[in-house]
Amino acid sequence: MKIFTRYLKQDRARAILAPLFKMLEAAFELLIPLVMAGIINRGIGGGDRGYILRMGLLMIALGLIGLTCSVTAQFFSAKCAMRFGANLRRDLFSHIETLSYTEIDRLGSATLITRMTGDVNQMQTGVNLFLRLFMRSPFIVLGATFMAWQVDHRAGRVFLIALPILTVIVFTIMFVSIPLYKDVQGHTDRVLQKTRENLAGSRVIRAFGQEEREKEEFARETEVLTKRQLFVGRITSLLNPMTYVVINLSIAVIIWVGGKQVDLGILKQGEVYALVNYMSQILVELVKLANLIITETKAIACGKRVADVLSVTSSQQFPDEERGDLTPSDDAPAIEFNHVTFSYSGSGAPAIEDVSFRVERGETLGIIGGTGSGKSTLVNLIPRFYDATEGEILVEGIPVASYPKKKLRDMVGVVPQKAVLFAGSIAENLRLGNSEATDEELREALSVAQSDGFVSEKEGGLSYHLVQGAKNLSGGQKQRLTIARALVKKPKILILDDSSSALDYATDAALRVALREKLQDMTVVVVSQRTASIMHADKILVLDDGSPVGFGDHASLLSDCEVYREIYASQNQGEEVDAREAGK
Amino acid sequence: MPVKQESKATLKRVLAYIGRHKAAVLFSMLLALVSVASTLYAPVLVGRAIDCILSEGAVSFERIREILVQMAVVIAITAVSQLLMNLINNKITYTVVRDIRVDAFDHLLVLPLSYVDSRKQGDVVSRVVADVETFADGLLMGFTQLFSGVVTILVTLGFMLMISVPIALAVVVLTPVSLFVASFIARKTHRLFLAQAESCGEMTALVDEMVGEQKLVSAFSYEDRAKERFEAVNKTLEKDSMSATFYSSLVNPSTRFVNSLVYTTVAVIGALSVLGGGFTVGSLTAFCSYANQYTKPFNEISAVITELQNAIACAGRVFELIDEKPEEVRPDEKTLEDAQGEITFTDVDFSYVPDKELIKGLQLSVKPGMRVAIVGPTGSGKSTLINLLMRFYDPNAGSITVDGTDTTDLNRTSLRKSFGMVLQETWLKSGTIRENIAYGNPNAPDEEIRRAAKMSHADSFIRRLEHGYDTEIGDEGGLLSQGQKQLLCITRVMLDLPPMLILDEATSSIDTRTEIRIQRAFHKMMQGRTSFIVAHRLSTIREADIILVMKDGSIIEQGSHDELIEKQGFYADLFASQWKH
Repeated sequence: MKIFTRYLKQDRARAILAPLFKMLEAAFELLIPLVMAGIINRGIGGGDRGYILRMGLLMIALGLIGLTCSVTAQFFSAKCAMRFGANLRRDLFSHIETLSYTEIDRLGSATLITRMTGDVNQMQTGVNLFLRLFMRSPFIVLGATFMAWQVDHRAGRVFLIALPILTVIVFTIMFVSIPLYKDVQGHTDRVLQKTRENLAGSRVIRAFGQEEREKEEFARETEVLTKRQLFVGRITSLLNPMTYVVINLSIAVIIWVGGKQVDLGILKQGEVYALVNYMSQILVELVKLANLIITETKAIACGKRVADVLSVTSSQQFPDEERGDLTPSDDAPAIEFNHVTFSYSGSGAPAIEDVSFRVERGETLGIIGGTGSGKSTLVNLIPRFYDATEGEILVEGIPVASYPKKKLRDMVGVVPQKAVLFAGSIAENLRLGNSEATDEELREALSVAQSDGFVSEKEGGLSYHLVQGAKNLSGGQKQRLTIARALVKKPKILILDDSSSALDYATDAALRVALREKLQDMTVVVVSQRTASIMHADKILVLDDGSPVGFGDHASLLSDCEVYREIYASQNQGEEVDAREAGK
Repeated sequence: MPVKQESKATLKRVLAYIGRHKAAVLFSMLLALVSVASTLYAPVLVGRAIDCILSEGAVSFERIREILVQMAVVIAITAVSQLLMNLINNKITYTVVRDIRVDAFDHLLVLPLSYVDSRKQGDVVSRVVADVETFADGLLMGFTQLFSGVVTILVTLGFMLMISVPIALAVVVLTPVSLFVASFIARKTHRLFLAQAESCGEMTALVDEMVGEQKLVSAFSYEDRAKERFEAVNKTLEKDSMSATFYSSLVNPSTRFVNSLVYTTVAVIGALSVLGGGFTVGSLTAFCSYANQYTKPFNEISAVITELQNAIACAGRVFELIDEKPEEVRPDEKTLEDAQGEITFTDVDFSYVPDKELIKGLQLSVKPGMRVAIVGPTGSGKSTLINLLMRFYDPNAGSITVDGTDTTDLNRTSLRKSFGMVLQETWLKSGTIRENIAYGNPNAPDEEIRRAAKMSHADSFIRRLEHGYDTEIGDEGGLLSQGQKQLLCITRVMLDLPPMLILDEATSSIDTRTEIRIQRAFHKMMQGRTSFIVAHRLSTIREADIILVMKDGSIIEQGSHDELIEKQGFYADLFASQWKH
């Protein structure tokens, strides 16, 4: 709730003016039955044609004023709601940009995206409707009752009885059916999921001959859904008939009571009609009000979810930019791990445990291990995507926690496992980490990343447009561009996180050679499952289930490290064959 | 508006589905008629009652009582008929939805794989789920609303003409103005909504990238520039939404204003007519309430017509699915039992698309118990071979036999059940790990399940999960890594091993150490079983009895590893470039 008031306050004037004008419009609407009563009583009763015509003009004038008020109100509320949405979206976006990997893991990207788009839109619609209706509908409902009371107390009593009954009917049915509709939606989702699952698995299902069973399961799910739909349908079916009965019975009572009052000379014929009219006005607005409340409950739920995101703060604190007292010593190793242990938040077992090693500047470090052995986790600690749970990580002799965020991230170039590129030109993508890079620098990076060839073949070269998800590139091309993108930053440390998996052996080898020759000062960390990719590294770290089981160069690991030897053997039976062939 | 031939045909089929509920539909229409008539009769009664209330001392209570009793009856009739109509319509709608949906889904399972393969999954899903719903909702609701709308208009017109011809004509002439205003605004704002949809799409795309890949943004310190880009899109969106929302929100006040003009006209002419005689105050009030409501059914009908068009389009899409030809089932097909595993391909031609031939004149003969490895570059037809073996597709020419019987003479299910299949794509059902392993044999005892998991080296990771074998794996195996999913798929086949095996890159996501261990298990199992293995790892291939080297849809070389190396052909080249380092 607070989030609504906070953002509405930023546009206070419009937020107040919109409902105010809406109320004015409603007030004019409430006058119509009285004018009509006048026409019947004085115009017809008194035989005054001029009065009837004058009242006709008055009604048109009231309509016009109502129209003006209403248009003004719509303008203010639309403006206010859209401003509300834009401001909220902007703040939410900026906020999400400050979150660290830990929070993103916890919240999940998918959720963040729906909150930014769906939830904020829902809130925006809620605000718009709220500004338009929250004064109007109650105003007409209560106003009609009040006017009826003014016309005649006795007849007014009918309103005082009918109104609560109607309110109870409308709101009970609405509020009982909302959770039921949610339940129906849940079952629809299951039917949807079942269909999707069957399509994806059509080969396996047929291979196992399980078609009949899948049909039965689907029929069962559908039957449940149908039952729920019928149930909720039965409840909502009651709304119209019930309110109809209450309203029309009330009208009957009003006619009876009104008739008595006219008989006694307290009321006139026209006023009885006005009373009937007020009664009819109530129902329409009451239903609108109930709908408004449903929309608002949804909007409030969305507001809560958005507020939740806004209240999440980054678990990492970085020192301010422009810190001058960082003077890395020239002879400190590029990367140093001292007894580093790390567990993901929320999971008990550490992902990596007690890792210590050092890599000198310009050296290449290879990291190898099976799936889930903690390779990626380890390299993610170097640019401080996560904070080590225990131990210390130093980059050029300084603890990573002492670096300002941008400084550290600029020093470390990362090529992630998943080759993600943004929609836009190749050049725009390459400049992601360094907007100042010249075309010349881009070409250099491309050439090291073995991509100058295919890029120059693309129409427009560097300005070739990548569609969303870079679907107009092959997997290997995407991967090479992500490598070039990291190189454009001119990082001191380059991390290749299993990022040559889509490259063939020849390209992979050429890339390694180019990195070694052209960027001698750069420290390179290569993560891989393939021994071929890391066997030439200066140092190799072998991980098994999060623990370091070997550190050294290829030759020493082959003789000392059981795990390394096994991995190597599993991938290199070809060489044994080769040896055998050679021996023939 | 000319109705296309196609939609006419669709409409006929829709009516056939609804036809199953003919009695209910007719009853619902009758109820609609009754409820409309009685709803519209109420204002007439109110008017008559008001006519009895003339002035002080001139109120005829006897008459009023009589009218009020009539009113009570009318109210009761309206309420009961409305309620019944609602219930019946619900029943018809949801039953029709269920029937069509089950029909469509059942059909999916007998459609040839070529249908499933050639269509976007989301598209097919939306036909079965969303289209069916829109269609039934739109059609039945639309139908009843259209019917009661038309009836309302006609009956109101009738009542109005009965009361006063000139005023009725005035209403008839003025009403279209309101409709015109509404459609004018709608037309004008259409363009604005398009603009809004476009910038909304841009916003979603940007958020998708920048928030979806926030880790990347943060790794490259791209935050500030991302914010700038976002701000620009956000501004455009705000502006476009503002125009679309504001201008479209003018419909209500404008039509309300036009309606008030109609109302005023009725009031003034009516009041003057009362003075002129022959018209009562009660009739005037009845007229006013009609004038208030008369435009409503028009607006509803125009909305319903769009909905109906939409519904027919959706129905067309659903029927298109149901009309697809299923896999042919012959009455004389034989059941394959205890297959020995002798397989031959004779002169097999096959292509997925008619004018792009893929497999041509394929010859192959596999003896029982042989281990066959299939190698070759991507797109060379390795998986196609498997599609043909499993009869996911049938050859265009030539024949494939198992144990001497042409596979097209065999019952598909029995043929497929004779193969154990593990594919590179891992498919798991939502459910527990246990249910997934026991997919082919739901009654398998726990020891069997555990034994299979031990063989495939899945047992250790399963036991480490919080609920062990009872862990729910969620939508499409969400919680598990690709490698773990692959292990489960292997376990599923190991539980109940059929006489023949197909392994299509079955261990591609498993790390090499585990892979070797699994292979040992497979090795044991494959003894005496004919097996086909698509693989790219040399260790797997070398152990095969026969290696098929595929290129551009045909087998260009076959023989054992040593023979093929000797031959110095394509395989030897492949071997040199892929595995020798």
